Amino acid sequence: MLAKRIIPCLDVKDGMTVKGVNFVNLRSAGDPVELGKRYSDEGADELVYLDITASYEHRKTFIDLVRRVAQAISIPFTVGGGIGSVADVDRLLSNGADKVSVNSAALNRPQLIDEIARQFGRQVCVVAIDARFTDGQWVCYEKGGRVKTGRTLYEWAHEAQERGAGEILFTSMDHDGTKNGYACDALRQLHQQLQIPIIASGGCGNASHIADAFKTGLADAALAASVFHFGEIQIPTLKQHLHTLGIPVRL
Amino acid sequence: MGDTVIIKYNAGNIFSVECALQRIGANAIITDDKQAISHARRVIFPGVGEASSAMDYLRSHQLDSLIKSLQCPVLGICIGMQLLCSHSQEGDTDCLGIFDVPVLRFDNSASPDLKIPQMGWNTIDLQPGSFIPQQCDKQYTYFVHSYYAPLCQHTSAVTNYILPYSAALQKDNFMATQFHPEKSGSVGETILKKFMEL
Repeated sequence: MLAKRIIPCLDVKDGMTVKGVNFVNLRSAGDPVELGKRYSDEGADELVYLDITASYEHRKTFIDLVRRVAQAISIPFTVGGGIGSVADVDRLLSNGADKVSVNSAALNRPQLIDEIARQFGRQVCVVAIDARFTDGQWVCYEKGGRVKTGRTLYEWAHEAQERGAGEILFTSMDHDGTKNGYACDALRQLHQQLQIPIIASGGCGNASHIADAFKTGLADAALAASVFHFGEIQIPTLKQHLHTLGIPVRL
Repeated sequence: MGDTVIIKYNAGNIFSVECALQRIGANAIITDDKQAISHARRVIFPGVGEASSAMDYLRSHQLDSLIKSLQCPVLGICIGMQLLCSHSQEGDTDCLGIFDVPVLRFDNSASPDLKIPQMGWNTIDLQPGSFIPQQCDKQYTYFVHSYYAPLCQHTSAVTNYILPYSAALQKDNFMATQFHPEKSGSVGETILKKFMEL
């Protein structure tokens, strides 16, 4: 049976992991390759690396990082942050990334999704959507949640699928950082309206939240950052918990 | 005695295979040079891509007949496995025909909750005599695909998604996996190590 996926997300700035990481027994907690390897060894099913570097000069640092991740880690990984063209995607894939996630650039120029899917296959193209529930509907935001758009979650997710997205990575900005659980109702809606896999993001505080994302939200994968970085959730314990609940996971 | 060769063609993911081999302490040459391929000690035929455009590329570079004539151990991965089959529904294209089985598109009309492509980790059930080491039986491996090879006489591992299908095929010196051993953690490394000992 296809397993539900657990995906730690690492934010990377100038080649180093950010969002406090307090593993004591890592030589360098900030090294994204070493941290990714640790998650992989503990049983993570995939990794996401988000480049939050603003400046153009540091893009090269990120490409170098992607290459080192590909060399070190034997599970799939997605990279995102600042991807705006097929040439960007080509550079990342040829340095070993398995998938790319696009967000603001696709909102501004939706054809980017078509172009990526046509050239590299739709399995490569993860469309990340940040949305906030406002006036009775889920409104999409761009630029890392700073700029409101005129798009709404379900219609944009559907368009992304039609254009060739292989997966949707949905982050509820209302839930992100609260540690009160994922936006399970919206996840369930996405599952019912779309045919492609949905990755839940935003709000994870404990193992039960991940179980809810799978059982109630019917998500295909659950992404989290700080609960893993701070050791609040240990992946082996999490997977045993999910297994006990009858949720298929890779043990 | 030649080297291990990874066939270079218009399908992605070749760097990932090279990295996986390096992690297990093995080396390979990535090339489309016909001399190098025909003299190889073993050949890996990887890939992520689309069947008809991949076949067009192989034909136009005369790699199709060369691959069919190989006598050394050959490992096809994902689209590489599908191209070793007789025909693919993807782009309605004739393939290399090593494995006498057609490649079909998943049909989830009876089970719409099972999405296409299958993306993620699923278990493999080894068949008797499989080239895959016994310790990998019932273990999870990483799949990304929308097309599949049905069960047939060459099936050497079975996975269930929508229906039971061939997760691996083998015939004589040709071995192939639908999943990605290079992305399947320690299970994948075990499979690659075994192949590199052939």
